[in-house]
Amino acid sequence: MKQGAAMGAAEISAGTSFRRSRREQRFRRLKRDKWLYILLSPGLLYFLLFKYVPMWGVLLAFKDYQPFLGFWKSGWVGLEHFRTFFQNPDFFMLLRNTLVLSLYNLVFFFPAPIILALLLNEIRLSFYKRTIQTLIYVPHFISMVIVASISYVFLTTQGGAVNEFLFAATGRKIDFLASPDWFRPMIILQTIWKECGWGTIIFLAALAGVDVEQYEAAVVDGASRWRQTWHITLPAIRSTIVILLILRMGTILDNGFEQIYLMMNALNREVAEVFDTYVYALGITQGAFSYSTAVGLFKSVIGVVLVLGTNWLAKKSGESGLY
Amino acid sequence: MAKRYRSAGEITFDVFNYVVLGIIGIAAILPFLFVVAGSFATEAEITKRAVFLIPTTISLDAYRFIFSTDTIVRSIGVSLYVTVIGTAVNLFFTVTMAYPMAKRYLMGRNLILNLVIFTMLFGGGMIPTYLVIRELHLLDTLNALILPGAISAFNLIIVKNFFQELPAEMEEAARIDGCTELGLLWRIVLPLSKPVLATFTLFYAVGHWNNFFSALLYINDPSKWPLQVMLRQIVMLSQSAAGDLSSMDPNFVQPPEQSIKMAVIVVGTLPIMCVYPFLQKHFAKGVMLGSVKG
Repeated sequence: MKQGAAMGAAEISAGTSFRRSRREQRFRRLKRDKWLYILLSPGLLYFLLFKYVPMWGVLLAFKDYQPFLGFWKSGWVGLEHFRTFFQNPDFFMLLRNTLVLSLYNLVFFFPAPIILALLLNEIRLSFYKRTIQTLIYVPHFISMVIVASISYVFLTTQGGAVNEFLFAATGRKIDFLASPDWFRPMIILQTIWKECGWGTIIFLAALAGVDVEQYEAAVVDGASRWRQTWHITLPAIRSTIVILLILRMGTILDNGFEQIYLMMNALNREVAEVFDTYVYALGITQGAFSYSTAVGLFKSVIGVVLVLGTNWLAKKSGESGLY
Repeated sequence: MAKRYRSAGEITFDVFNYVVLGIIGIAAILPFLFVVAGSFATEAEITKRAVFLIPTTISLDAYRFIFSTDTIVRSIGVSLYVTVIGTAVNLFFTVTMAYPMAKRYLMGRNLILNLVIFTMLFGGGMIPTYLVIRELHLLDTLNALILPGAISAFNLIIVKNFFQELPAEMEEAARIDGCTELGLLWRIVLPLSKPVLATFTLFYAVGHWNNFFSALLYINDPSKWPLQVMLRQIVMLSQSAAGDLSSMDPNFVQPPEQSIKMAVIVVGTLPIMCVYPFLQKHFAKGVMLGSVKG
């Protein structure tokens, strides 16, 4: 910080040639930190090439991309792709599937790690607690393909364990994998199995920060365990919950491409197809680049609006929010 | 804490809590244990019982079959290559970028930080990214599985925050002793950051091994498919794993399809299970570092 002060003094003493001196200062700082800038360059290049060039590429959504003309020479069509998309009956199917899956996630999955963390927090035996934690983190590191594969192996009607049990018990089999009714519960169960344990980490950290004296005081006042949870523990992790909720709002329109793509088939498509799988199917496999870019852009923009909106709401209601 | 009176209700809750968490803990790994058991099964075992934890006869046929096929073995090779090289690329890019960004006096630091954060909020999406990869002639190359994910913005910020917290006095001392910027990074900062680097090495490596999406998008050539894509072909699309059964030992009894599927699942998970104990030691701390704002 001494450098900053010295620089300030230099700037003041420069007087009339203030501007030139500033430029010199900048140049000197650039020269002094040249190694830092050299180190910075590969990463910067990465972000520009793989993150910012594609952002520029969203302009495709307003063009009629012709492969033989390329990005620059293809003509502009304005909002036509968006208009086509909104008029397409697929739009409502995608919107409905996406929102319903997100809602299910919010209602069934979002509270699960909180409840699990609260239960874990009540465990006094640290060996037992650590063992359980070790076990419930495991599924997070297993790939979605493995999760989907395990689901297939167990749920298939051709010798799958679950169906063998069902058949032995009821004499019937259920084709979970190809039934529209079972798609959503299956997806949510997979998500809970895979991420619920991992999700507890952040809440456990927040819980570890709660002042023990508060509990002791509450016990002296005769508060039951329930009251302690309600009046001390939950308020203590409220801001963590709000932050995670904001982050979740931003991803409300992406429901995890891999999982849905892997579990989707012709028979459950009507409830399974979401924005991301639709973009993949039309863009990558059928080559409708402009149209699917428009669909993707629509999704991203709504996502950003949702994050900013929730954040604004959180701040309004007295929480610290994300930004 | 002094012993205090515990009501019957509290004791009931404790018992209930220990039991429920025990069940949840077991449920987390049970499906995988079933798959491991199934992968050692013989045809007789599979037809007799649908699901079991301890097979009566252990058969290695499914594994023998897998490792005698070109396609699966090649895909394992692809996955290993991408994991090793990819992780090295990740670490190089992340560390070299995080280090300058940790210097508060660096001109343009805030601009760069904002550029990075913005990518976490908004992205070009699948198609424009695909077209960039195509323009760079990366389609159907293994680099397409490595370069587009060279840095995770989230990890970058955590590493940057960690570097920022390191004691500045050590750097100043080293600088007075004539240490260059690169020497500083290599001899002072990196050795002090071992736990964090270990965490991210493992996170990045797990990410590469588990990667399916990039390969689905960018790799059409089946000979360059990583194991996760091959896994889907075999388990979900029920495509024959081998193709060239004729070249095999005539005495070889083909193992049941279900066992082969389970064995491929095991192989696809095995490296994760091997690094998990090391991973587990570090990650809680590593993840926590991320919650430090700045």
